Amino acid sequence: MSDVTRLSAAELAEQLGRGDVTSVEVTQAHLDRIAAVDPAIHAFLHVSSDEALATAADVDARRAAGEPLHALAGVPIAVKDVVVTKDIPTTAGSKILDGWIPPYDATLVTRLRQAGLPILGKTNMDEFAMGSSTEHSAYGPTRNPWDETRIPGGSGGGSAAAVAAFEAPLAIGTDTGGSIRQPAAVTGSVGVKPTYGGVSRYGLIAMASSLDQAGPVTRSVLDSALLHELIGGHDPRDSTSIPESLPELVAAARGGDVAGMRLGVVSQLSGDGYEPGVKARFDDALALLADAGAEIVEVSCPSFDYALDAYYLIMPSEASSNLARFDGMRFGARTLPDEGPVTAERVMAATRGAGFGPEVKRRIMLGTYALSAGYYDAYYGSAQKVRTLIQRDFAAAFDKVDVLVSPTSPTTAFELGAKLDDPMAMYLNDVATIPANLAGVPGISLPSGLSSDGLPAGFQILGPAKADDRLYRVGSVLERLLEQQWGGPLLAQAPTLEVA
Amino acid sequence: MTDLVDYDEAIAEFDPVLGIEVHVELGTATKMFDGAPNSFAAEPNSQVTPVSLGLPGALPAVNRRAVEYAIKIGLALNCEIAEYCRFARKNYFYPDNPKNFQTSQYDEPIAYEGHLDVELDDGEVFRVKIERAHMEEDAGKNTHVGGSGRIQGADHSLVDYNRAGVPLVEIVTHPIEGAGSRAPEVARAYVRTLRDIFRTLGVSEARMEQGNVRADVNLSLRADPGAPLGTRTETKNVNSFRSIERAVRYEVSRQAGVLRAGGAVTQETRHFHEDTASTSSGRPKSDADDYRYFPEPDLVPVAPSREWVEELRAALPEPASDRRKRLQAEWGYSDLEMRDVVNADLLEPIEQTVAAGCAPAAARKWWSGELARTAKAKDVEVTELGVGPAHIAELAGLVDAGKLNDALARQVLEGVIAGEGAPSEVMAGRGLEMVSDDGALTAAVDKAMADQPDVVAKIQGGKVQAVGALIGPIMKEMRGKADASKIRELILERAGQ
Repeated sequence: MSDVTRLSAAELAEQLGRGDVTSVEVTQAHLDRIAAVDPAIHAFLHVSSDEALATAADVDARRAAGEPLHALAGVPIAVKDVVVTKDIPTTAGSKILDGWIPPYDATLVTRLRQAGLPILGKTNMDEFAMGSSTEHSAYGPTRNPWDETRIPGGSGGGSAAAVAAFEAPLAIGTDTGGSIRQPAAVTGSVGVKPTYGGVSRYGLIAMASSLDQAGPVTRSVLDSALLHELIGGHDPRDSTSIPESLPELVAAARGGDVAGMRLGVVSQLSGDGYEPGVKARFDDALALLADAGAEIVEVSCPSFDYALDAYYLIMPSEASSNLARFDGMRFGARTLPDEGPVTAERVMAATRGAGFGPEVKRRIMLGTYALSAGYYDAYYGSAQKVRTLIQRDFAAAFDKVDVLVSPTSPTTAFELGAKLDDPMAMYLNDVATIPANLAGVPGISLPSGLSSDGLPAGFQILGPAKADDRLYRVGSVLERLLEQQWGGPLLAQAPTLEVA
Repeated sequence: MTDLVDYDEAIAEFDPVLGIEVHVELGTATKMFDGAPNSFAAEPNSQVTPVSLGLPGALPAVNRRAVEYAIKIGLALNCEIAEYCRFARKNYFYPDNPKNFQTSQYDEPIAYEGHLDVELDDGEVFRVKIERAHMEEDAGKNTHVGGSGRIQGADHSLVDYNRAGVPLVEIVTHPIEGAGSRAPEVARAYVRTLRDIFRTLGVSEARMEQGNVRADVNLSLRADPGAPLGTRTETKNVNSFRSIERAVRYEVSRQAGVLRAGGAVTQETRHFHEDTASTSSGRPKSDADDYRYFPEPDLVPVAPSREWVEELRAALPEPASDRRKRLQAEWGYSDLEMRDVVNADLLEPIEQTVAAGCAPAAARKWWSGELARTAKAKDVEVTELGVGPAHIAELAGLVDAGKLNDALARQVLEGVIAGEGAPSEVMAGRGLEMVSDDGALTAAVDKAMADQPDVVAKIQGGKVQAVGALIGPIMKEMRGKADASKIRELILERAGQ
């Protein structure tokens, strides 16, 4: 029984459908696994065992009664703690939300519940999704299942580690500048940032509204497609949600084929700063795709050189405003001033002083400055212009090629603490993922193999907006070819964790 | 404290320039950005959703009806309607502001560059130029408990978020120049005309006393109409027509005093005090308030199609001033009568009463007479008495048919207000119908004439006005249920006159 945790979600779904296992058994197995390995990994901030088992029992009963169920019904899932869950604590990795139990569900959570996916718990993350290592969590870092001295990526390190450590077959992440794709890359999992507006943001605690996007973190390309189809689609509560229906994602993942496709290698995303081992795995993967009939084309996107700069103005600007509501007035923690009068303003200040961590404060200050009178045009305004240029670069590139490809992250997982005191070095880790967020286009990261240090590297595929199916079409082919080489999923090669 | 300058003297010396910002709460079923009900006077914090509470993760979605109302207002103010506009965030911290930013429109309003012709008391028309009308959301409401009820010295404060997210349209004028001594009247008439428009359009109940319509009045003085604009003050939240006029008058006198003494007017917000008709200093308002506006990334732009705008334009109701002129002509009211009706907000019920078959004169008599008096005594709106246009039309019909006289009709109306039913039901229930049986009436007349032969002698002697002395006792005998003119006729007939 214990090996149900090693299966992909699609395999689990099949076994559940055939009645080989029950959802209660599957859910319990994952809860047991969490109990065994999470003390070392710390992927979870909250484990919702009772709720998960109740959902599992309900699905089993409905299945036994012959009710038609969603393909993923009964497959448990972990949800990043930035996603609001009714009656399940939600903190966004921050002390300022310590003890907050939301009175409502995010739209994507409603869809998970309706489809009967037991929610195992809430995963660790950098505070308010600010960071690339999960070290900025107010509740302590998550560790990489491949090497516990290393970071699992961020901000969604908890979701990626939960999937890679076999604590959950599926997880939800959010990606503002790479927070799904980079953790997926450094943990050997698959992560997808859908087209902006493709998955409702209603109930996602916002960092930067115009960049945030929720998406799947899984162990296979097909699993991501299954989850993406479930959580995606129009939501009237999110004004920026795309009104048209999603393209056929699962079909694309099952029927992948790259013959005749043109893959553009972005020259700006494969040069200096990329570790040789990461670059080598990327080139090997490209060769496989070329052998499978894809045409490899070099593409230049010159404005990408300014993406990081634009991102680090737009993101904190929006964050400074989005985080203003955390003031100790309506929800979450409230801190009274140590001394002196207790006025609304002083309570807000004391609450924010005590409740926000240093990275959050840094970005609020940056954003407040960038939006302030006299600086708006120079900073926020200029950054928006760069954003438009990046969008044009993508548009021009997609006139020539079907998808763009690059390594997901310049490096494999770095050591815990290595970049904690150097924000700029931390920010540079997102150089390859950020352009997609600025342009709203979809991206996937899947494992390209192990780099020279024995740690996973990621392969990123970017498509035009609303053409998320192309990610799955190309990704599934590459995954199949690589797994033929490896003799199975890359995660099967992950070290067996010491069981507590 | 500067000395006030007499208003006429101040106006002789300085030229006033007005600027008026009017906020109107739209009467939509739900709030600006979420599905919470938009309703007044509910239990505190009962009309809220995660969106109106600004909970983490909550997102706004624009209320299409609110956009429609904003466009209607823009069209009624002769504005251009934007083909594409956006919301922006106005960032500031305050406990009644759930997200600590207000979602508003900043540099891209839905409507801009219009004008409104305002009719003054003597019929003169003054054109006010409109700079913009934009959409935004209201904030919640703070109540300070303990101390004087103001925030200073309060023990604690309570916040009610029912109003948070209620849709508002803010209408901003260009500087209103050339009003001269009539500036206070122009200010009042402008806000009044706007209020009428909101009601005619059906976009708001527009009740000043409930804060549905709030006006901020900017005023500055300058040496003469050619001079550059002076420093202005902004008197906030003036909420009656009379107060608007008085606030302007006061500021003209006050600022003239400051300037005459060689001082400089401070740019600041000011509060208006009803009891003393004066203003006092609020907070200094420099142009340096930094709201860090930026386009609201949670909302897609608003792009009303031209077809929709033209549909709304075609369906605009008749402008209030045109409607007033038309109705006055139809009803044959004098200017004074019409002004009284308009001032008492009775145009609507009278129109409906006339439509229900009542003569315009009778409709006016009942609404602005008996009903207005009763409403005033009970301290409610005349429309809240439970008497509808159909009731008044029926009542007037009963009078016309000779079934009720005025005194009886007033008693019937009392019954209607008391909830005893429609006029005919009250008449039957209270037994108020006039006696039409000539026998009973003749008997009462005969009795009265027999009782007072001296009066009869006077009448027969030619003093016809003495009839009055007999009518009283006969009416009493008939318990009021007789037609006085018929009694008079009978007496004269029997007295041989």
